[in-house]
Amino acid sequence: MADTMQFDLVSPERSLASLQATSVQIPGADGDMTAMPDHAPTITTLRPGILTVSGPDGEAQFAVTGGFAEISGDSTSVLAEKAVATSDITAAEMDALIEAASDAAANAAAEDKDIADKSLADMQALKVSLGL
Amino acid sequence: MPNLKDLKNRIESVKSTRKITKAMQMVAAAKLRRAQDAAEASRPYTARFNAVMAGLASSVGGSDSAPKLLSGTGSDQTHLLVVMTAERGLCGGFNSNISKLARNKAQELLAEGKTVKVVTVGKKGRDALRRDLGDHFVAHVDLSEVKKIGYANAQDIAKDVLARFDGGEFDVATIFFSRFENVVSQIPTAQQIIPAVFEEGEAEGTALYDYEPSEEAILADLLPRGVATQIFAGLLENGASEQGARMSAMDNATRNAGEMIDKLTIEYNRSRQAVITNELIEIISGAEAL
Repeated sequence: MADTMQFDLVSPERSLASLQATSVQIPGADGDMTAMPDHAPTITTLRPGILTVSGPDGEAQFAVTGGFAEISGDSTSVLAEKAVATSDITAAEMDALIEAASDAAANAAAEDKDIADKSLADMQALKVSLGL
Repeated sequence: MPNLKDLKNRIESVKSTRKITKAMQMVAAAKLRRAQDAAEASRPYTARFNAVMAGLASSVGGSDSAPKLLSGTGSDQTHLLVVMTAERGLCGGFNSNISKLARNKAQELLAEGKTVKVVTVGKKGRDALRRDLGDHFVAHVDLSEVKKIGYANAQDIAKDVLARFDGGEFDVATIFFSRFENVVSQIPTAQQIIPAVFEEGEAEGTALYDYEPSEEAILADLLPRGVATQIFAGLLENGASEQGARMSAMDNATRNAGEMIDKLTIEYNRSRQAVITNELIEIISGAEAL
């Protein structure tokens, strides 16, 4: 079994990381999951949360909002709508995101209300876990 | 014959025009590099995204429960044209090429008896289309305050388009932008974004994936993002194309100004020579008369 797999984290504006990783912890829509080499091919959507990448060179953490992850045996690609290294994110940015989410929740139509509320709750949880 | 003073003034004014076009060309060259980098940086995302979407679409697309964004509303009566142009002129045929493509498409649709609605992004396209399609304008997006196009700009446009789609305002949406080939060639392009179409061959063997939550849920989540992604890619291509077009337009203008200066300088020297010769003849004939 291979020890590492190719890991890519890309956002629409740029590619944030492309490295060899031993495991990637992904905040999936249905709960966190950890992808390791030779994982069964999976596609999952993301909820706002923290993505942790462990590799031979140590660990890196990124805050991601929506998007999806594509996992296959020898590679994992995360396509995040917005992704920032946790060390680079500021409380102000986080507050702006929360505000946008709460606006969306307040204006959401009845059938989308649950999704918008969940997204808001996830954003708030993300802020807490970032310690801001 | 224009007198010497006039010629001198002309030469000076063409020279300062040349300075300006030269400066604009250099600014465009610098901006082009940045715009190209931005377009390049977004490519991995767009490519991956489309590959996954194509795979999903081919496995879910056939079913009756497929989302409307993918399967369409079942009609193609009302078309929304999103025309993306620049906020500034002086970039050769860039704006007019996009406008022309959009205008032709709109007239074609109108001739078929379809309803056309137009959303303009960028001032220049709006001005160019106002005369023929002014009655069909439904919205305008102003990007003149935006220094660097970000994904958020595309998201805002996408949100507006999707809200109109959910409101049943249109059936088919097409974006118009210029695809950047290289500095001298930008190709005006029309791309249908709703219902989503995927190029053949983008769907590779993706049928083996597990989906979490379900395929349908993922597709429903991704399709709106797909609209934003397409618009973002279009905006970035447009940004690079605009600078490329401006660069070559300004390069031509600089060269033309140079040629003009040469021509005027020759004319100036000739007339100066003629004046001197005349004066000499007058002096000599005056001396002979004595």
